Amino acid sequence: MQFESLSEFFAMGGYAFYVWLSFGSCALIIIALVVSSIQEKRKLLQQVSAQSAREQRIEKAKLAKQQESQS
Amino acid sequence: MWKWLHPYAKAERAYQLCNTLLPYFAVIAVLGILVGWVWGLAFAPADYQQKDSYRIIFIHVPSAIWSMGAYSSMAIAGLVALVWQIRNAQLAVIAIAPVGAAMTVIALLTGAAWGKPMWGAWWVWDARLTSELILLFLYLGVISLYHAFEDKRAGGKAASILALVGVVNLPIIHFSVEWWNTLHQGATITKFDTSAIDSSMFWPLMINILGFAGFLGAVTLIRLKTEILKSEQHRPWVKALAGGK
Amino acid sequence: MIAQNHSYWRVWASVYKKDVRLAFRQRSDIINPLLFFLIVITLFPLGIGPEPNLLARMAPGIIWVAALLATMLGLDKMFRDDYLDGTLEQLMLSPFPLSLSVSAKVAAHWTVTGLPMVILAPLFALLMNLQSQALSAMMLTLLIGTPLLSLIGAIGAGLTVGLQKGGVLLSLLVLPLYIPVLIFATSAIDTASMSLAYGGQLAILGAFLAVAIVLAPIAVSSALKVSIN
Repeated sequence: MQFESLSEFFAMGGYAFYVWLSFGSCALIIIALVVSSIQEKRKLLQQVSAQSAREQRIEKAKLAKQQESQS
Repeated sequence: MWKWLHPYAKAERAYQLCNTLLPYFAVIAVLGILVGWVWGLAFAPADYQQKDSYRIIFIHVPSAIWSMGAYSSMAIAGLVALVWQIRNAQLAVIAIAPVGAAMTVIALLTGAAWGKPMWGAWWVWDARLTSELILLFLYLGVISLYHAFEDKRAGGKAASILALVGVVNLPIIHFSVEWWNTLHQGATITKFDTSAIDSSMFWPLMINILGFAGFLGAVTLIRLKTEILKSEQHRPWVKALAGGK
Repeated sequence: MIAQNHSYWRVWASVYKKDVRLAFRQRSDIINPLLFFLIVITLFPLGIGPEPNLLARMAPGIIWVAALLATMLGLDKMFRDDYLDGTLEQLMLSPFPLSLSVSAKVAAHWTVTGLPMVILAPLFALLMNLQSQALSAMMLTLLIGTPLLSLIGAIGAGLTVGLQKGGVLLSLLVLPLYIPVLIFATSAIDTASMSLAYGGQLAILGAFLAVAIVLAPIAVSSALKVSIN
């Protein structure tokens, strides 16, 4: 450990603002990118499943109608 | 080799390959960045000249390296997409571009935050900073060109062409900016001798570079998976996948 | 073989002539970029002050940036009309390589926008109080540089031809690629105004031009093929 105490670690030898600014913004961008990428995929899968559920419902309704007209 | 590679041109196989590769990259990314940051921030010794402000190097250098690495991989994917007409390679171009742009933004932000205490200004028209800024413009061009197309297939092709044009120009831009810089800039910038870096700083830097590479790979794979699903969303295997979740 | 070479040349010439003639029929295409060039140059002294030394110092950069922007104006139209009325499709179906007719179209674009700028450059140089020894350097850099601008710009025009709102996107794509031209051209003029030899910068610009003449038409034709089909 290079620093004597925690407060000294956060002070970064007087360069706290610049060091934490860059590390903070870097972490923010990394996290934002990961989260948005995962979310995009999840949303797409939801969309696809909603679409296929809709298609199945339509299919079912058609089938029911056919049976109704036959009986 | 072609026999071995050819199945991966199919979307489903490529998707499975992404799935197998993703955990490795994710582990490298998380471990590398975590270890690299803690080591770099807390355990690496302070620089005798720049004191603790030099610690920005542990994110500035990796992001700068991979901003260029991402561009060249994007261009290679673009070449593959255009020469062999492989759709997945086009999708890879689209998947890499935002990640590379994010890397470039990180490199620019950290460069500015490092420049303020060292050079006394947030921005100087240093050759490396300037070419990094232009690199960002090139990334944004690729991304917005792709999104401008209604037909995503044509958009992918256009983005691949632009990535290739950019990679031909990038060295020219870089060297002309460097030449321009030496012409205009006085001796105001202190050059840091990066070759004489001590091993106590070298290893955390290396680990960070590795970690950022893992991050680049992992996020690209996630985005590539999304792109593959998007282009194949009417196929049964995608529907099965979506239904199972 | 000779006959084929001859007909290649004829195809090139007919595309070139058609484009130039069209531009001359609709004169605003030629005059508007020039007026824009002039107005941008007029705005700078108003913005930064009329001090002659300052203006002379900034003249190369201002003139070249204005030239870049003026070239951008006509780029959007380079392939647009031919794309809309189907001429481009016919050129693509013809037995001749598309890059041939593309290079003719680029040459026509340069004749219409670049060449008038080169000719009128001395006038703009007077407005900006440029030293007389830098005048020939400015003419030469514009002469070598403006075809380069047309060639590089054609790549962007080809990529965006099928898009509804390609205009702003086009400048985002093309302007970063113009940077090396800007750097070497302005530096040549700067060097000339200090009465030093500027052959090196001109040679580099010439090398860029040689590479662009070979490669750009290929890139443009593959970009156009994406937008059509």
